[in-house]
Amino acid sequence: MSSAATVHSLWMTAADAPKRIPAPHIEYGQLSPVLIVLGAAVLGILVDAFLPRRLRHPAQLMVALVGLAAAFAAVVALAAGGYATDKAHPAAMGAVAVDGPALFLQGTVLLVALVAAFTFGERRLDPAAHGRPVDSFAAQPAAVPGGEAERAAVKAGWTTTEVFPLMLFAVAGMLVFPAANDLLTLFVALEVFSLPLYVLCALARRQRLLSQEAAVKYFLLGAFASAILLFGIALLYGYAGTVTYSGIADVVNGTVRTVDPVLAQTMGNDALLLIGGAMVLMGLLFKVGAVPFHMWTPDVYQGAPTPVTGFMAAATKVAAFGALLRLLYVVLPGMRWDWRPVMWGVAIVTMLFGAVVAVTQTDVKRLLAYSSVAHAGFILTGVVATRPEGISSVMFYLAAYSFVTLGAFAVVTLVRDAGGEATQLSKWAGLGRRSPLVAAVFAVFLLAFAGIPLTSGFAGKFAVFKAAAQGGAVPLVIVGVVSSAIAAFFYIRVIVLMFFNAPEEGGPSVAVPSLLTSTAIGVGVVVTVVLGVAPQYFLNLAGQAGVFVR
Amino acid sequence: MENLIGLLVLVPLLGAAVLLCGGRRLDRIGPWLGTLLAAASFVIGVVLFAGLLGRSADDRTLRVTVFQWVPVGGFRADIGFQLDQLSMTFVLLITGVGSLIHLYSIGYMAHDARPRRFFGYLNLFLAAMLLLVTANNYLLLYAGWEGVGLASYLLIGFWQHKPSAATAAKKAFLVNRVGDMGLSIAIMLLFTTFGTFAFQPVLAGADRTGEGRLTAIALLLLLAACGKSAQVPLQSWLGDAMEGPTPVSALIHAATMVTAGVYLITRSGPLFEGAPDAQLAVVTVGAVTLLFGAIVGCAKDDIKKALAGSTMSQIGYMVLAAGLGPIGYVFGIMHLVTHGFFKAGLFLGAGSVMHGMNDEVDMRRYGGLRKYMPVTFITFGLGYLAIIGFPGLSGFFSKDKIIEAAFAKGGTEGWILGGAALLGAAITAYYMTRVMLLTFFGEERWRKPPSPQEPSAEPAAHTGELPHPHESPKVMTIPMVVLALGSVLAGGLFSVNDAFVKWLEPVTGHSEGHSPVSAAAVTGATLAVLVLGVALAWAQYGRAPVPVVPPRGSVLTRLARRDLGQDDFNHVVLVRGGGQLTRGLVEIDHKLVDGLVHGTAVSVGGLSGLLRRLQNGYARSYAVSMFGGAAVLIAATLLMRAV
Repeated sequence: MSSAATVHSLWMTAADAPKRIPAPHIEYGQLSPVLIVLGAAVLGILVDAFLPRRLRHPAQLMVALVGLAAAFAAVVALAAGGYATDKAHPAAMGAVAVDGPALFLQGTVLLVALVAAFTFGERRLDPAAHGRPVDSFAAQPAAVPGGEAERAAVKAGWTTTEVFPLMLFAVAGMLVFPAANDLLTLFVALEVFSLPLYVLCALARRQRLLSQEAAVKYFLLGAFASAILLFGIALLYGYAGTVTYSGIADVVNGTVRTVDPVLAQTMGNDALLLIGGAMVLMGLLFKVGAVPFHMWTPDVYQGAPTPVTGFMAAATKVAAFGALLRLLYVVLPGMRWDWRPVMWGVAIVTMLFGAVVAVTQTDVKRLLAYSSVAHAGFILTGVVATRPEGISSVMFYLAAYSFVTLGAFAVVTLVRDAGGEATQLSKWAGLGRRSPLVAAVFAVFLLAFAGIPLTSGFAGKFAVFKAAAQGGAVPLVIVGVVSSAIAAFFYIRVIVLMFFNAPEEGGPSVAVPSLLTSTAIGVGVVVTVVLGVAPQYFLNLAGQAGVFVR
Repeated sequence: MENLIGLLVLVPLLGAAVLLCGGRRLDRIGPWLGTLLAAASFVIGVVLFAGLLGRSADDRTLRVTVFQWVPVGGFRADIGFQLDQLSMTFVLLITGVGSLIHLYSIGYMAHDARPRRFFGYLNLFLAAMLLLVTANNYLLLYAGWEGVGLASYLLIGFWQHKPSAATAAKKAFLVNRVGDMGLSIAIMLLFTTFGTFAFQPVLAGADRTGEGRLTAIALLLLLAACGKSAQVPLQSWLGDAMEGPTPVSALIHAATMVTAGVYLITRSGPLFEGAPDAQLAVVTVGAVTLLFGAIVGCAKDDIKKALAGSTMSQIGYMVLAAGLGPIGYVFGIMHLVTHGFFKAGLFLGAGSVMHGMNDEVDMRRYGGLRKYMPVTFITFGLGYLAIIGFPGLSGFFSKDKIIEAAFAKGGTEGWILGGAALLGAAITAYYMTRVMLLTFFGEERWRKPPSPQEPSAEPAAHTGELPHPHESPKVMTIPMVVLALGSVLAGGLFSVNDAFVKWLEPVTGHSEGHSPVSAAAVTGATLAVLVLGVALAWAQYGRAPVPVVPPRGSVLTRLARRDLGQDDFNHVVLVRGGGQLTRGLVEIDHKLVDGLVHGTAVSVGGLSGLLRRLQNGYARSYAVSMFGGAAVLIAATLLMRAV
């Protein structure tokens, strides 16, 4: 085709465009979970703008809780209406999938957010400043740490109630992320949930410099990862001439013959597919915290306010693994033999690295960060199973893991000394003698992390390892078991430290939380034990929800 | 009728549960309750026996599956019972003789502090043994087998305040464990070979199985039988087991425990027939043990230990018969039944003697007791005549047949086995006559006060009081009389019209061997050696005075007194060898295993410390790591396509 003709055709396309664009058809009912959360977030902004200061905190908490609960009810209603199975289809012009995995993961994210909102709202752990209760967030985030403005803000009893709308925006992004059915929606969802998280990380009331450093690092590295992801999307578009998942899959499978004349040079070029696919994968692996894209996790987990850490560690993993699953199972199954070995390698390195480095950690939040890296590796073994059981086992693992994580970080907020939370592991010595209940609850979470039977961690690990073994990844399972053994060492070491070591003089005390944090921890324990003792119902649920729509 | 089989086991088991858990309320009626339940079990056995007799000879096998115990994939273990002529014979022996021993124990244990517990254990013993012989598969048999081991442990060590009793119980248990291990491995091999535990398919499939595998299974089963039946080389526990109360000895030796091995070999007959090497091992064990036990029996001055040697020897005869195959099975079982009668009678008699003699067991301190204990003397005497094979009494019929069958094995083997069996008969006559003479005839040596320098084993002898021998109460003598009648009549009844052979034949099969010697010659030879043995004993212990202090004796006597060095052997080889082995293993554990574990921990920690340094806190390093990671990811993906 001559270049003149090309120009002509481009011109014609542009000229005809206004007539051809159809009115977008949007199924609002099926997108209601996302819309409800976004609506609640906007309402939260209005609350902050117009309500008097002292009413803001309870109002924000109420808006967040009601919004999340309503969204969860909408998810349940959709699932009950058959959208998880028979009626599953791509909604909103093919941009968002409404299917089993999407609804299951959205439900999980919403429950996690609901429980996390309880820990966000906790105001009884820190001693009251000037007679006003304070929460975990900075009084005036814009003020210079340690400066005059900060002191004034504290004295005035300000609190950053914007954390609730920020969290709701992040949740909305996380709801879309695993349901995104084209690469652009994927990218937008990624940014929608990442940006509020960066801000949330910077809002710690104590150790503000550490918190701000963490936020900046997270932002820089996140932006870097997003850039790579976006570059990958561009390459994939060049390869397939479309950004929809099903369109790319069709080109990969060779079922599409019509070549877009503009992209005649690049379409079907495998190099673009491989490089672009790898870059998009990398963007998602950054979010799940897989080695070598995990470097942000320890610093960010440590610096962020602990309730945010718990929320982020649990919900981000659910959303990111959901997106990863959809990408690998819907877009790239045709090139399974290219990405599987690579993902094997990533999973092995992630499991071993996370477990080994965690052994020498001295800070409980960093310890949990490396533990989350190792767990990302365990979940990846289920992802590479490339079987339906892989999907359902990963979804079960995510549900089980996120509640253990939330609970564990909630316990971390309770153990305090004069400088706020006492996250130094050495200070936790003998905690079991001073506060047997709190130590026992933490021990339950640690045992679940370690994958000891009768906890949800065992059921989840068993499910993913089984799926991986059935998918032919036996060496991966062996590495997984070895890593579990190494990981068990440092989990059990903390239990030994809490129960069998003498308490230090002047060690931390355990704050008595309000009903909010108690509820969060209680839910964590109940879910951990129920999923551990009777996992079958939930495994079946995940199994029924384990089919992606195309 | 099939349901009665389960009840057979359940009744004594229930008795054990009630007696052991019932508490002190049952102390008074406990012994009678236990005896009643044992008797009830016997009645059920008789009803079943009558039912079997009512059927035609080929249709006398009852099978019932009560429930599936462990169904896991291809693995199925059922609680199922099988009652055929072989099991029935054992059931009647166990419950019949067992009930009599229960009855006797009421008198014998009257002054004991914990009779309720004792009867609970006795009932448990019966239940376990009944389970063993009525199970329809090897796994359930194993459950009964272990139950017998447990009950024997509890009963041998019943007087646990005596260190010797506690040690003896432990010894019996440990030695039995060796055999049990053989059985458990054999059962695993059976499962991998046949895919089932049930007797029927296993035994039917034996002739389609390779000889090597059958030999392995059969040798392991033989090991198991050696443990329970006290055969060489696992015989050492039997003598020490005399530390238990005498009724326990009677129960172990006559009705239950030691017969289990013979049952196992006979039941597994087809497995052994497919493995001639294993059969050779069986007859060798039998022949060696029958001589071993007999020689030991000659040298013992303790009346119970002399009888224990005799049991070992008689069980040797049965194992020998079982190893001969179809020419021997029937006679092995027949000898087992007749032996059940006379050995139980002899033990109960010995118990009765001890009862009247302040628990003295040294026969050199007896003598002339026939005047003081007439009933015991007569019943013991009849048992004595039966065991030595006096013509017309039980032992004569059964033992004579075994000797014949041994010759009928044919070839050199037949001559050796027959010779050994014949020699055993001679020694039996000798040591049993010795027991008889020392106890009931001759000088009344118990009237001499024990001299101070004389080492006396039993503390009872130190009381200084002279014993007042007296007859035992009715509750003890009645069982003895019944058993004596059995000792006299059983063999004859069984042999009328070959009744016993015809009864058992459908299960075990039977064939007449081709003996190189005529039956009459064998009988003549048996009688000749019998007379020889009795005469020799008479010359030594009847005519000449018996010293209270045992003479030093020949080398062989001294060796036999030490049980032919069985304990020395075990000590040197097993205890010391085992000690060396464990010390070696501990060393390996410390140096190698712990070293590996610690080494792993140290290296993981070191690696962790190194990798930690990668996390230096600079966002730029993190970005480089991500960039490198992305590059590797892309390169690897491209490489995979290239490959």
